[in-house]
Amino acid sequence: MQIFPCPFCGPRDETEFLFAAEAGKTRPEPAPDVSDAVWADYLYGNDAPKGTAREVWVHLTCGEFFVMTRDTTTREVKSCAALPGKAS
Amino acid sequence: MQRYSAFSLLREGLSGHRGWRPAWTKAKPKSAYDAVIVGGGGHGLATAYYLAENHGLTRVAVLERGWIGGGNTGRNTTAVRSNYFYPESVALYDLSLRLYEGLSKELNYNVMLSQRGMLIAAHTPAQMEICARIANAMQINGVDGRLMSADEAQRRIPLLNQTEGARFKCLGGVWQGRAGVARHDAVAWGYARAASALGVDIIENCTVKDLTIEAGQITGVETNLGPIRTNRVGLAAAGATPGLAAMAGVRLPIHTYALQAFVSEPVKPILDTVLLYLGTGTYVSQSDKGELVFGGGLDRVPTHGQKGNLPAQETVISGLLEMFPAFAQLKLLRQWAGVVDVVPDSSPVIGPVGPAGLFVNCGWGTGGFKAIPAGGWLLSHLMATGEHHEISRPFDLDRFEHGRLIDEAAGSGIAH
Repeated sequence: MQIFPCPFCGPRDETEFLFAAEAGKTRPEPAPDVSDAVWADYLYGNDAPKGTAREVWVHLTCGEFFVMTRDTTTREVKSCAALPGKAS
Repeated sequence: MQRYSAFSLLREGLSGHRGWRPAWTKAKPKSAYDAVIVGGGGHGLATAYYLAENHGLTRVAVLERGWIGGGNTGRNTTAVRSNYFYPESVALYDLSLRLYEGLSKELNYNVMLSQRGMLIAAHTPAQMEICARIANAMQINGVDGRLMSADEAQRRIPLLNQTEGARFKCLGGVWQGRAGVARHDAVAWGYARAASALGVDIIENCTVKDLTIEAGQITGVETNLGPIRTNRVGLAAAGATPGLAAMAGVRLPIHTYALQAFVSEPVKPILDTVLLYLGTGTYVSQSDKGELVFGGGLDRVPTHGQKGNLPAQETVISGLLEMFPAFAQLKLLRQWAGVVDVVPDSSPVIGPVGPAGLFVNCGWGTGGFKAIPAGGWLLSHLMATGEHHEISRPFDLDRFEHGRLIDEAAGSGIAH
């Protein structure tokens, strides 16, 4: 059983977490200028990197989304951090 | 090619088995080919075979970074079936099943296809309604499928836990009689042997390091064994496809996950069909050696490592024991994982991508083995003609731009 870190709750069992998306995507704007190809890539395109990956995960028990940096081959967790932006 | 027959087996048996020759030639790369296929699993080898057999293209190389059939082709649970929901999917998977039905004869290689039937079992009235919907869809799409009652399921699978208080008491399900299992190694080896006999070069331990692109056209590949010139490249590399496509600046709608499989110690015949339980997500069949071969859903952690995690193991094994309490006595012999390429709509991506001359056959996720003959048939058609076969057209990458997803996970409710 692997332990993942939640920036809010600390180390927890991997079964409490769910992968959400690759980190770093920016919504293309303004909408009228966005081609179908660019929009499809935003919705569906992934890098699926081998090695270091920055990913958005959610800790299901506290409901917080955060960024986790992992190695996708060794499964080593390198860091985790709350999503940037102001808390509301 | 040395043809295999009852007579050749008898002759070799009487002469001490000294006359068998290697089934295929281990080739060194030439400087140029008419077509290069990256990935020496079932899909890549089938593509090479059909390029030569259907399209007369024999200056073809298959580049495999490890050994042929050592990836997902040798890591699956060997089920073949076409019990899907959408017409596009049924056309695709039933083409594959029909090709499987003739494959041993076509390749002169026994792929040990055993059409022992498959039951998708339900344990709630709502699931039975879904099963009826799938059975109806299959019949409308011209494939053998029917609803099976709880009594018949119990007769076919007597060890199923049907006691009072069983957590997943079987109410019946969808039955496809033509579904079954085939020996996965034999599928890779049979295609390799037949392709090699037609002149295809199968090159193992050959890693593609880069794709060469000039003025929007593929002109070759860089490998650890040197450069190879070609103007047609087909990618059939499952979980490695995103990294290869990235060399041409192409992003695919793929996440890579580990999918695990398990075999138990061998026991006498106790299960003569393939069973998938909707309630537990676990599927199981018994191999010719007597081992129970089983698996379930994905590990939920994106990975490129061919190893599985413990939570998924616990889910799969506990699901198996809910269905068959008697199996708790068995010991596990082996457990392993493959890296599968999962797409949001659980349907493959087949078509041209990026620069001219580059084609992909990927996104099969957890269901690639059953699709090997069709994947090879359709990718070879694309590479030879530059045009889609009518069956592969709906599976082009452009469906993500047009919003015409073929969502089999939602449609058939089958684990992929």
